Amino acid sequence: MTDTAFTDAAVGGRSLWATAMMRLRRNRAAMASIFVLALLGVLAIFGPPLAPHSYSQVYPEFVKVRPSLAPYPQAEQVIPAAERALSRARVEMGEIVVENGTVHIPISSAREIDPRLARYLERSDIFSGAQVAELSADGKTATVTAEVQQLYFLMGTDANGRDLLARILISLRISLMIGALATAVALVIGVAYGATAGFLGGRIDNLMMRFVDILYSLPFVFFVILLVVFFGRNLVLMFLAVGAVEWLDMARIVRGQTLSLRRREFVQAAEALGVSSGAIIRRHIVPNTLGTVIIYMTLLIPKVILLESFLSFLGLGVQEPLTSLGVLISEGAKNMRNAPFMLFFPAVTMTILLFALNFLGDGLRDALDPKDR
Amino acid sequence: MTDQTNQDRVFEVDDIHVTFDTPDGKVEAVRGVSLHVDRGETVAVVGESGSGKSQIMMAAMGLLASNGRAVGAVRYRGQNILNLPPGQLNKLRGAKITMIFQEPMTSLDPLYTIEDQLSEPLRVHGGLTRAQASARVLELLRLVRIPDPERRMKSYPYEMSGGQRQRVMIAMALANDPDLLIADEPTTALDVTIQAEILRLLAELQRKLGMSILFITHDLGIVEAFADRVYVMRQGRLEEDGPTARIFHAPATDYTRMLLAAEPEGEKPPVPDSAPVLLQGQDVEITFGKPGGFLSKSNLFKAVKGVDLTLREKQTIGVVGESGSGKSTLGRGLLQLLPAAGRVIYLGRDINGLTRQAMKQHRDGLQMVFQDPYGSLSPRMTVSEIVTEGLLVHEPGLTRKERAARAAQALEDVGLSGAMRNRFPHEFSGGQRQRIAIARAVVLRPRVIVLDEPTSALDRSVQKQVIDLLRGLQEEHALSYIFISHDLAVVRAMSDYVMVMKEGKIVEEGPTAQIFDAPQQEYTHSLMRAAFDLKSLLDAG
Repeated sequence: MTDTAFTDAAVGGRSLWATAMMRLRRNRAAMASIFVLALLGVLAIFGPPLAPHSYSQVYPEFVKVRPSLAPYPQAEQVIPAAERALSRARVEMGEIVVENGTVHIPISSAREIDPRLARYLERSDIFSGAQVAELSADGKTATVTAEVQQLYFLMGTDANGRDLLARILISLRISLMIGALATAVALVIGVAYGATAGFLGGRIDNLMMRFVDILYSLPFVFFVILLVVFFGRNLVLMFLAVGAVEWLDMARIVRGQTLSLRRREFVQAAEALGVSSGAIIRRHIVPNTLGTVIIYMTLLIPKVILLESFLSFLGLGVQEPLTSLGVLISEGAKNMRNAPFMLFFPAVTMTILLFALNFLGDGLRDALDPKDR
Repeated sequence: MTDQTNQDRVFEVDDIHVTFDTPDGKVEAVRGVSLHVDRGETVAVVGESGSGKSQIMMAAMGLLASNGRAVGAVRYRGQNILNLPPGQLNKLRGAKITMIFQEPMTSLDPLYTIEDQLSEPLRVHGGLTRAQASARVLELLRLVRIPDPERRMKSYPYEMSGGQRQRVMIAMALANDPDLLIADEPTTALDVTIQAEILRLLAELQRKLGMSILFITHDLGIVEAFADRVYVMRQGRLEEDGPTARIFHAPATDYTRMLLAAEPEGEKPPVPDSAPVLLQGQDVEITFGKPGGFLSKSNLFKAVKGVDLTLREKQTIGVVGESGSGKSTLGRGLLQLLPAAGRVIYLGRDINGLTRQAMKQHRDGLQMVFQDPYGSLSPRMTVSEIVTEGLLVHEPGLTRKERAARAAQALEDVGLSGAMRNRFPHEFSGGQRQRIAIARAVVLRPRVIVLDEPTSALDRSVQKQVIDLLRGLQEEHALSYIFISHDLAVVRAMSDYVMVMKEGKIVEEGPTAQIFDAPQQEYTHSLMRAAFDLKSLLDAG
């Protein structure tokens, strides 16, 4: 053996994956989908902490307010809100003046005014930094000043007065998480199970696939209700439940692929080399099924997200104050008449997400098309 | 055909270009080819795979893949038919110009009977009634000599053999009395004896019906026996053309000479009887299917029936036979890739029925090279990973660097540069892939290699290189081969001992010279004649 072959730089090859990526890059719809998905992913991860409001904060003053680019409270809301807040203090109110984001309320009372009554204003979502100023010498008249909050609800608020934008961001996080994790669970179990059954074949295959058939025959919703009854509502459990059901399809697909790969000569060649079954499955079978598996995965993620929505719709899904797109849509559906935006924004988000995933799946199928091998 | 007036010119291709838009840019498959076919003439277009010979006809018939485009002119009796809309093209296509394809297994719809498939175009295009069409189908089936045509009309494609299906395809092509029959490798998928029958049928039909035949093939043996004129194509261009006799006896270009010289040649001297025996099979039987159980009927098929075989050091045993004769099954059974009955003795030990684990220690000595260089390499592994996979199993002590060195060495042994080791199989040609497959076998330093049709999927010129390579490796590493092939010319060049298989049994065996020069059995004789004396067979018909 001469060293020349080694000093020669080995020529790099272009793998089938690289070729597929190249083809995918030419598909505009798929690339746009990847971009949208990346954006949604970033929003899901960094959105909730950066959002102007926490997803769990309730603003009782702002229940089901309309989406608006202007800050809340709107001008005409301030005076009634101030009157409402101070009416509990049982003082006489003069004419309320609002200027430069500050509200001035002249008050008078038969008794001495307790400066602590400013707290009544503080309790409202609208005002902050309330204080009693210009307290007269006898302590019976005063002016209460407070700054008017500037709260933005770009997508409005829900029936409990929580910011819908923050809710959507957190729901995106939960939905994507369920989608990704449940799919990952389905992927790992399904690929390992299907490849093993298909490769070993014969009686073992028969037994393994009949077990899958039995699982198929269990009614899914019943299965989830049972789990929820026994273990309580739990996000991790949701992943497991959904993943544990969805791997069945994956196992069947991978088994089918494996059966046809099993007859390919490169698998027989590996057998003739004495490679063990495990290594053949790992090195030869699984990498060659991945094209199909990836395509199925991009279709499985939306399916799982929809499934989670369905469970949440039934009230078996995630627990408040956490939420998912399905929960938001279900709430939106209930308030469709008086607050249509509560349905609109979550539904649009969901649609964009599902569209992007489906387009990507489609693009991947074209890119990985085995005809070009 | 000296008088080439315009009425006689049935089909003419004029400066045709065919390009394909692929993700990797434009590929020009045909770059300006002109050819013509006169009435009653048989014209052959020969070329190696990728020479563009089929694409010309696909373009002419409007059958190009959706990413293909054709420029130029294709004239049928003076009328340009290139890029005609399908409606107008269909008046000619399937009626006056018909095609038969390579794959008789897939060209027929499995859901319809032969009669349905043949009579539908007659009823739709020819306006025949059901009864008339039925009568015509019977007539056509008689014409293509399908035995027992009344019964065969009612059968489904799966009930017929490959040769019979190709006859049905020919009958279909003849249904509307075509002027021109384009035959695209019509016999490549068939056994030699069947091939001879089909060619004979075509020649006979031509004499009877007076149509022209445009024959596309890579097989020069067929061309010499069958065609009046030849066009030689290479890389999308016409290399040369002329009458068959002139091309074969006085080729004008180097490429044609190379093609003609690409017939495998040479022979292998027999090994002495004193050479040590490496592998021995005694009464090997291989059975497929399930034995009858409590509810199911027994469904057993014996693919190999009681074969004895003795392989000595440096010997090459050629196993020949037609498809379905059990020759590949025998090879796999000997290597314990299929369960076999009988005894298989390797280096004095009976290895038959050993478990996977026990068999592992013998695997490095017993290797195999498969037929399909496209299917036998894992498409997602690099060449280096493919070649070193066996080393991971049999010499786990090697470091990564030592493995890479062995892989590079094996690649050099088979005539590939070690610098290619990080490439993927799809980046290589068929011949290079087969070299990689051979490198994968020899890297383990085996004693015996079973070669299962290693050259069948390759062009003749590449075949020759692979044969030379295998011979060289045998000398260098003292290898013994079991060479399984249906290609008698290759077997004659490679092996010193030949076994002829038919229906799972050995019908004749002996030293190569004896089998080829003085076959004792009628079956062997017919094989030889179909393979080496096609001309006399065609003339006889």
